[in-house]
Amino acid sequence: MTQAPEPLHRALGLNDEELEQIVAVLNREPNPLELALYGVMWSEHCSYKSSRIHLRRLPSDGAHVLVGPGENAGVIDAGDGIAVAIRIESHNHPSAIEPYQGAATGVGGILRDVFTMGARPLALMDPLFFGELDDARQRWLVEGVVAGISGYGNSVGVPTVGGELTFDECYASNPLVNVLCCGALPRERLVLGVASGVGNLAVLLGSSTGRDGIGGVSVLASAGFSGEDGAESLDDAKRPSVQVGDPYEEKRLIEACLELLDRGLVLGIQDLGGAGLICATCETAARGGVGMDVDITAVPLREAGMQPYEIMTSESQERMLAIIKPQNWDDVARLCAKWEVRASIVGHVVEPSIDAHGNAVGMLRVRRGFDGEILGEVPARSLADEAPLYDRPRLRPSSLDAMRLDEPTSEELRGLANEQLLELLIDPAWVYRQYDSQLFLNTVVGPGRDASLLRLAGPGLPASNRGIALSTDSNPRWCALDPRVGTALSVAESIANLACVGASPKALVNCLNFGNPEHPEVMWQLSESIDGMAEACRAFEVPVVGGNVSLYNESGGNDIDPTPVVGLLGVVDSLLAPPPGWNWTSGDAVMLVGVRHAGGANPFPLAGTRWATQRGRRGGTIAPFEPRALKETFAFVAREISVICAGAPSDVTAVHDVGSGGLATALAEMASETGLGAQVLELESHAELFAEFPGRFVMTTNDVEGFIARAARAGVAVEMVGTVGGTALAIGSSIDLDVTQLSARRRHALADALHTAL
Amino acid sequence: MKIGVVVFPGSNCEYDALNAVQSLGVEAEFIWHTNTDVEGFDGVILPGGFAHGDYLRPGAIARFSPVMEAVARFASSGGAVLGICNGFQVLTEAGLLPGALQKNAGLTFLCQPTTLVVESTASVLTRGATKGQELVVPINHFSGAYTCDDATLASLEANDQIVLRYTQNPNGSRDDIAGVRNVEGNVVGLMPHPERAMSTLLGSADGRVLLEGFVRAPVGAH
Repeated sequence: MTQAPEPLHRALGLNDEELEQIVAVLNREPNPLELALYGVMWSEHCSYKSSRIHLRRLPSDGAHVLVGPGENAGVIDAGDGIAVAIRIESHNHPSAIEPYQGAATGVGGILRDVFTMGARPLALMDPLFFGELDDARQRWLVEGVVAGISGYGNSVGVPTVGGELTFDECYASNPLVNVLCCGALPRERLVLGVASGVGNLAVLLGSSTGRDGIGGVSVLASAGFSGEDGAESLDDAKRPSVQVGDPYEEKRLIEACLELLDRGLVLGIQDLGGAGLICATCETAARGGVGMDVDITAVPLREAGMQPYEIMTSESQERMLAIIKPQNWDDVARLCAKWEVRASIVGHVVEPSIDAHGNAVGMLRVRRGFDGEILGEVPARSLADEAPLYDRPRLRPSSLDAMRLDEPTSEELRGLANEQLLELLIDPAWVYRQYDSQLFLNTVVGPGRDASLLRLAGPGLPASNRGIALSTDSNPRWCALDPRVGTALSVAESIANLACVGASPKALVNCLNFGNPEHPEVMWQLSESIDGMAEACRAFEVPVVGGNVSLYNESGGNDIDPTPVVGLLGVVDSLLAPPPGWNWTSGDAVMLVGVRHAGGANPFPLAGTRWATQRGRRGGTIAPFEPRALKETFAFVAREISVICAGAPSDVTAVHDVGSGGLATALAEMASETGLGAQVLELESHAELFAEFPGRFVMTTNDVEGFIARAARAGVAVEMVGTVGGTALAIGSSIDLDVTQLSARRRHALADALHTAL
Repeated sequence: MKIGVVVFPGSNCEYDALNAVQSLGVEAEFIWHTNTDVEGFDGVILPGGFAHGDYLRPGAIARFSPVMEAVARFASSGGAVLGICNGFQVLTEAGLLPGALQKNAGLTFLCQPTTLVVESTASVLTRGATKGQELVVPINHFSGAYTCDDATLASLEANDQIVLRYTQNPNGSRDDIAGVRNVEGNVVGLMPHPERAMSTLLGSADGRVLLEGFVRAPVGAH
């Protein structure tokens, strides 16, 4: 407030070089409206200007990929004439300021991305990251974010089938709220947001346009929280940039859009999300290589006196832009009236202009009336696709070597394992029971398990016995120590989760949550992480079909740990019976499946584990990424489980991935869910209880010899490590816990930490 | 036999209700909320969701949708009417069932399996079940705590109108009530979702006995 007035372009988030580039594009000085349009479209959030050159290294090809990165959602062919669309996004900064609306509008936005492709949204997943819950502000954030997801997602009628919950000090001032949506459509109905055909109309559907969320992408999403005390000091100043959601409006909008598509009344649709109307119009025009005239007086407004730049950049929620043929307008208007959805013709598709070099250039013209004054005129493509790309400086953090040498050890902690294990057990049910996880009668495996598993069915889809599996994963603790290997291992972890429900991976989406890209260490982390993801995706032959980059996750100059979240989509070819899950049966043998030792110098690395982090030990060297054995193990487990899903008899009675919290946690979770203990042999070391590296599974069988023989044929290591039964979970001489006590502790851990009732 | 599933703007369980009924081999169709009659249907389901966004309070606006007058006429002539979750809320707001649904005791949304016990078989929903039978059926609501005054509770008891109770009360419902019927037994409302419990693949098939009863050819007046 006390600073001298700064030049307009800088206030809009553009630097001096970017202004020069705009002048070169236009061959003149931009007027303030035009500058505002560039300000939002060239923001980090819309343009990916810091990350795009790196994202190109991710593999995105696959025979079954119908739509790859760069569209509103990735789409794959799932078989049986059904295409599946998937997308992940962040809504971190809005949620830090206004957790309920921030999280709610994150859900709304991702749904629009998916039904833009013609797909009915069928499932949501929510990976969430907060600071430690001993801080009252964190408890407020958790309750607000979960209530926002619940309030919006349940009402709009899309089940939330899973997610992740991570607590770490690094998110205290900058929580992460990511949201993944998966939808399905008959393959032949796939639509893209393209404004083709001169004379066609751009119709704005849905909510009226207000002043909420002006500059959301540039003010909020493309800058950090710089105040000394982090988010708090900027709450009030930035709150007007947070949008407000209305799930009822969105529900009617979804139904209206899907019916418009069903009846072939629209050529393409595009959602209005970040950067609002300007983004939707310039992107559709740029894709179609045409121009578009936008009449700001045709946009229904929520309040008087709105300026043209406000109308063009408002992020008011629950709006879509449909491109239609003029002769279909009456039918479109009638259908929208039925669903009580407002529809207004706000744009005309026009011929491209011819520039001085004879090239056709689609111009986006903002007008006051279609025949009225031209308020701004810029090449659509320059806004949508021609933001400057930065290869920002990258620097390996100088502290990294010392951190990696600071190996956490377990020797001094012998004898305390019971309590240490109990401290790691958190049942996230308090969160997910607030989500409708069952709508559409598809949810075979819901939230709180290794992966979610759904029938591939929905209104208007061809009949199929297939299933789709979803898992979201990240491990910021690994990635802080080694972003490349940590990211590769996170991809592996996610594929391991899919295997537990019998699914093979078909596509990956990512949400790359990082700190300030102007910090060279952050750019190094981002670049390394992308390389690790690329390596893992090539090794496992999984195409990356979409992603989102969230930068400037910092507060008071401190960046969050690198948090690349991956969302894996898998397919089960025949889903007639549920997979076995965690419930084990008395008398069955407990089998440890997969390579028991991590490669490298340390067989049971504790670096980057939840166990070590809880003891304040954040250093060490994580397990190397060795895909060959992982691949064989994952394929074996997926095959063993998919046989059960197909309805065939099997001796396998339970399965659980050894993930966060290590082997002891996996066994405790199975005991807790079943209410039945197990006697497990002495492990090789105390570290084996809590070491984290992907590739190991706990499975139970009632035919040890048969199971071992099948594993041997597949070249996969298995060992019998115990027997299910009794009222205690005993692991060698380290762990001896009453299952009732263990279950109660796990069940109440989260509610207790939140100071709330279960 | 043909079942109508009423669709209000904001309903979201309409496809699930339709599919559940069709999976029993019974014909079913949607009825848009502006329809002014429900002629030709042998039973009507008001499905779950958030009719009219649950604005004001659940069911408060939906009761004024044109279709509700037709549903009331249908009910008074003995037609079978079932309100599931939001549909139950609409039926209480419309005065077709006694009592009201208020916010859950814990003030959060709850989506979880519950165990119900059949208290009365004298209703179109429970006529295929046996008294005392336990059924695992999920709930999915924010405002599912059944409430009524003392006199209403006494008359519900006296007339055998409590059809389902929770074995472990999840939401603070008075007297553990999960579902009630009108005096005649042709109008029933319940907060749990029987259409979500139609298959062991999805965790429970205990809802079948309820919906099978509902779609059974009507006896008597209608």
